[in-house]
Amino acid sequence: MSTVPACAHPAHKDYEGAKLGMWLFLFTEILLFGGLFLLYSAYRARYPLDFHTGGQHLDTFIGVANTVILLTSSLTVAVAISAMQKGNRKLTMVCLGITIVFALAFLVNKYVEWMGEIRRGIYPNGPALLTLPDGEKIFYGLYYSMTGLHGLHVLGGVIALSITLDFVRREKITSTDFNKLENVGLYWHLVDVIWIFLLPLLYLAA
Amino acid sequence: MEYAEEHHHIIPYRTLAKVWLLLLFLTATLVFVSTAYHDILSVPALLTITPLKAGLVFFYFMHLKYEKPFLKGLVLLVLVVLIVFIGLTFADIANR
Repeated sequence: MSTVPACAHPAHKDYEGAKLGMWLFLFTEILLFGGLFLLYSAYRARYPLDFHTGGQHLDTFIGVANTVILLTSSLTVAVAISAMQKGNRKLTMVCLGITIVFALAFLVNKYVEWMGEIRRGIYPNGPALLTLPDGEKIFYGLYYSMTGLHGLHVLGGVIALSITLDFVRREKITSTDFNKLENVGLYWHLVDVIWIFLLPLLYLAA
Repeated sequence: MEYAEEHHHIIPYRTLAKVWLLLLFLTATLVFVSTAYHDILSVPALLTITPLKAGLVFFYFMHLKYEKPFLKGLVLLVLVVLIVFIGLTFADIANR
């Protein structure tokens, strides 16, 4: 905590506080998705065979491809932060741009995947879904809820990353004032971590 | 405005690249083990490789390794709370 009078530092920023605030937000996200993981685990324990069959129908290739995309986008965000700290604004902007492209690619894959399920009649109240046993209905319910909520987070990430890129371009984020960049990076990495858990839970369950 | 007086650890690009390669390797291992040895190894692989991958992202990409013990302790507390919730729920489910 600074004891310097406000007039000496009119734009005082609390670096540690800002970062702690971001982590506190991430804790609520961990518990939000943690609740869904718990729900999934409890139902999987009750309907192991139905969850196995459900997982078999998901496209493992798209699931793994999206994992590689998100892991790589996490790398580019981390490189963007290190580059900014070193004062390399251009590399930071390139890396943030690549991250946004990866995030959009993830969403395109998700769209293709969901459209595949919907065409098969697997969607809430869909004709094919209604004929399935209870356990599989629950599996697909959880599949749509978890990947949907995660997808919304990816979309939020695209917006946050784009705003951050603009901040870097306008030099609102610099090598000595990069807290916003670091916080958006923390958010993006958590989105990646959640997907790290979704891959084995949904796509490798079969 | 500036943080010149504070020390900020910069993670080298090389370290980040190594962590990324390790994450890809662990993903490949997870997919291989879960498909080839599904009956016996898929759940143990899920419970070991997945938290390991998440740990790598937390410690290196999210900079947790270089943070103060206070923040590390908070993260640990949240994870312990989550594990207690999961543990208590399963203790209930298993005894119905």
